[in-house]
Amino acid sequence: MSDHPQAPEKHVEDLPEATILFAGDSGDGMQLTGSQFTLATAYAMNDLATLPDFPAEIRAPAGTTYGVSGFQLHFGSVHIRTPGDEVDLLVAMNPAALKVNLRRVRRGGAIIVNVDAFEEKNLKLAGYESNPLEDGSLKGYHVIPIELTKLTREALKDSGLNQKEIDRSKNMFALGLALWLYSRPIEPAIEWLSRKFAKKPDVREANLQVLKKGYHYGETTEQFAVRYQVPPAKLKPGTYRAIRGAEALALGLLAAGQKSGLPLFYGSYPITPASDLLHELSRLKNFGVMTFQAEDEIAAVGAAIGASFGGNLGITGTSGPGVALKTEAIGLALMLELPLVVVNMQRGGPSTGLPTKTEQSDLLQAMYGRNGDAPLPIVAASTPGDCFEAAYEACRIAATHMTPVILLADGYLANGAEPWLIPDLDRLIPFRPPFVARPNHESNGHEAFLPYARDPETLARPWAKPGTPNLEHRIGGLEKQHETGNVSYDPDNHQLMTRLRAEKVERVAREFPPTEINGDPEGDLLVIGWGSTRGSIEAAVESARKRGQKVSSLHVRYLNPLPPDLGEIFSRFERLLVPELNNGQFVRILRDRFLLPFVPLNKVQGLPFKTSEITAKIDEMLT
Amino acid sequence: MADQNPKDPKPKGVKPAMPPGVRPAGPKGVKPAMPPGVKPAGPKGVKPAMPPGVRPAGPKGVKPAMPPGVRPAGPGKKPAMPPGVRPAGPGKKPAMPPPGGGDGAPRGLTRQDFATDQDVRWCPGCGDYAILATVQRLMPELGVPRENVVFISGIGCSSRFPYYMNTYGMHSIHGRAPTIATGLKAGRPDLDVWIITGDGDGLSIGGNHLIHLMRRNVDVQLLLFNNQIYGLTKGQYSPTSEFGKVTKSSPYGSIDYPFNPISLVLGAEATFVARTMDRDPKHMKGILRQAHNHRGASFVEIYQNCNIFNDGAFFQFTEKDAKPDTTIFLEHGKPMTFSRGRKGIRLNGLQLEVIDLTDGAWSVDDCLVHDETSREQATILGRLFQQPGLPRPFGVFYRELRPTYDELLQGQIEDVTRRKGPGDLEALLRAAETWEIH
Repeated sequence: MSDHPQAPEKHVEDLPEATILFAGDSGDGMQLTGSQFTLATAYAMNDLATLPDFPAEIRAPAGTTYGVSGFQLHFGSVHIRTPGDEVDLLVAMNPAALKVNLRRVRRGGAIIVNVDAFEEKNLKLAGYESNPLEDGSLKGYHVIPIELTKLTREALKDSGLNQKEIDRSKNMFALGLALWLYSRPIEPAIEWLSRKFAKKPDVREANLQVLKKGYHYGETTEQFAVRYQVPPAKLKPGTYRAIRGAEALALGLLAAGQKSGLPLFYGSYPITPASDLLHELSRLKNFGVMTFQAEDEIAAVGAAIGASFGGNLGITGTSGPGVALKTEAIGLALMLELPLVVVNMQRGGPSTGLPTKTEQSDLLQAMYGRNGDAPLPIVAASTPGDCFEAAYEACRIAATHMTPVILLADGYLANGAEPWLIPDLDRLIPFRPPFVARPNHESNGHEAFLPYARDPETLARPWAKPGTPNLEHRIGGLEKQHETGNVSYDPDNHQLMTRLRAEKVERVAREFPPTEINGDPEGDLLVIGWGSTRGSIEAAVESARKRGQKVSSLHVRYLNPLPPDLGEIFSRFERLLVPELNNGQFVRILRDRFLLPFVPLNKVQGLPFKTSEITAKIDEMLT
Repeated sequence: MADQNPKDPKPKGVKPAMPPGVRPAGPKGVKPAMPPGVKPAGPKGVKPAMPPGVRPAGPKGVKPAMPPGVRPAGPGKKPAMPPGVRPAGPGKKPAMPPPGGGDGAPRGLTRQDFATDQDVRWCPGCGDYAILATVQRLMPELGVPRENVVFISGIGCSSRFPYYMNTYGMHSIHGRAPTIATGLKAGRPDLDVWIITGDGDGLSIGGNHLIHLMRRNVDVQLLLFNNQIYGLTKGQYSPTSEFGKVTKSSPYGSIDYPFNPISLVLGAEATFVARTMDRDPKHMKGILRQAHNHRGASFVEIYQNCNIFNDGAFFQFTEKDAKPDTTIFLEHGKPMTFSRGRKGIRLNGLQLEVIDLTDGAWSVDDCLVHDETSREQATILGRLFQQPGLPRPFGVFYRELRPTYDELLQGQIEDVTRRKGPGDLEALLRAAETWEIH
């Protein structure tokens, strides 16, 4: 930092936490700006949570509200669980970005606007009748107008770049300024730019120049009287890195493969927001990971099933519409009793729905969306970093219980980032799939292989790899005769097999750890959540407890079968609240199972819960 | 019919000029070649019986396109498989009989060893029985250990096939057998994988997977039992049923134009395309053997009689009386004659035409010589489909050696591993900016 001395006259104010939102056209590079600010924040050792929010269109028409792309980041010296309810600083690159995001800014919050973009055409495109910078409609906010475009052009007038290239660097000005304002280190961004544009020295120099220009602008301009500082967070000791859910999920799958000795086969068809998982895994060739970009969703799951039949761990990843297409094949895997992990990065539905927005509305699809009586284990990840453990668990259950498993994550988890305590691999418990090498049955002096003779404890069937002599056998989607696996239309056998398949899934719960309660083990209200709402729920519960309310929460990782201790825990609370980002799905499963008056709290806006939305409901239920 | 059989008024003795490119494969032919280092002997361990004149690899071979990042092996300009693509890895070469097979079965296996204890449940008289018997007879001759053989099927009458083969097998879901076989073979290139499908399963509900299996050239055999009808659902028209066919679901005649399966898979970049029939087990066995020996995706269409819902659909080609004049059996390097040598096929422009070899106007030398390495010729032969007066071809239409999907996938893994070193998860977890909290 020695080459960027702080201007002595600026007052530096300590903040426990802050929320910043970068917003602009989808071509303005806001995701990139946000992720670089995230990296710098990780360097500053703050806890953090991010919310990238972008349109499905790659380059929606410039200046329109539907083309606005945003990146929200909440960081602090305290425990950060959500991307922030209210924005302290909005960086708006154009009028549309302001229009879309103003409602997220807290009263009194700061708004940096690129004043150059507030001209007639853009105002009209954004649907403004008059200029909000001039008509008094931003009264109550601290508006900082900056000539971002002009300053960038001036800085780069001798760069030799054309106007378009110059204008594309203006996000670096905004980044530099934001880094200065919150006393973030500028070095990570410098290193990153140098690497990224190593082969384009003129572009690299231009970006670096503008980045630094933005940083120094803060020092010299009189528009900022105060500069902020967010001290490092008191996180659990250890080595940390920033991680996105898609990355953590890929690492979790990889860890499971290594700890079980199962080669991974990942079949997938590109779909938002699951494609990143395919991208991550396809880079891991030197780990022996096989990735297959299939012709469609069905081929992706079919190939994964084929891989599992061959003794590999077959995995397929997709989002809700893809799961719909894979449904029949998942039923096949269930009938074959082969391991299969189906990752559903949920997004807004139904149908094509809201591809880039988050939602938790595929739970009932995971639970019931197959023909026949077809239960299977369902595991849900709760934070970006938790995707690692959830993926590991999904693989473990699939490979030791010989069943397809659905792993639920969502767009918020996939794209969101948080600091992640790098796990100790030695503490991951290895697991052993039930492979067989020789016949498991003898009758009349003849050895035979019974592909559906079950393990007495887990009811899992043996996994016989093709290539193993004397275990030749045929499996298929037709009902199987108990033990022999031969085709059977016998009525009693069908009833028995239906019961055994269900019982096998139920027995997965025998291995679950005790459910942890966040807060006291009894009280007036228990908030029950699953999936990516964990941060919002726990932040809300913490806030309620500070205000003296007897509130606790628990988060359910295993959605099917449910942990066996839930009923006993529920009995210790007066009221039960179930917040979900859907129209009420888990609450139905809970009511069905426990016959208790669970109260739903539902939000379907393609966005995570704000903490305040949950605390409001808690207040309502406790008064 | 007159224009189907035009007689060129050519003087005797003057050879009609052969159009360029229809000579038997010569040294100048563009030969799809396997790069050095990739022996035609595959995981299946049996050398493909290459017809004379078809060299498995030539210096003038056309370089198979490699994905970026897959570097050719070794120095020089040799076209190469990605490094690390093992033509036959350890364990993949079980004791094999000498090439050519014969009846020397490994470990003394017989046809009975490939039969299961399950009752075969096809209708009496179904063409499927002949196919099953042929496959069970062929298996011991292929020299593949029983435990390395896998049959994968979809749904339909034909798809019950795996239950009757005492090998590994899976009776999967409608149309999806190629997807399952792809995943299986990708992860287990050592296995000998067969797909059993039908005209409904493979061309209708599973049509998409079929074409992608072909273009990827996954090293499997796909047998498509074509009976031009939906059998298991009791008699609806299928994607190969003739236009106008009256069935339960088309009481006024089908208005669906049928697929030509041979043309379809040629269009999908298949590397082995053949047709045979249930009523000629000897031919079928020969074709299936070649399909097995081919390294890559082998497509075999088998005309199969459904005696319940579409009896006699192919009798014009399969029955003794009609067969000589309605069919032509393709053999690589041999002139195309039929009708017990009385008739031949020649190429006139881009059209095939029948020539009479008995009246002295034409001789065998005028006939088109079959070159199963010519995609162009295969394309034209594939069009012998519904052309009146022209015979229906049986045999191998096309064969090409191209790296298989499973080889490429495993080869890329080995190549990247060699370049980057075996993956270290501990290091990968830390492969980002990290910081310590004390």
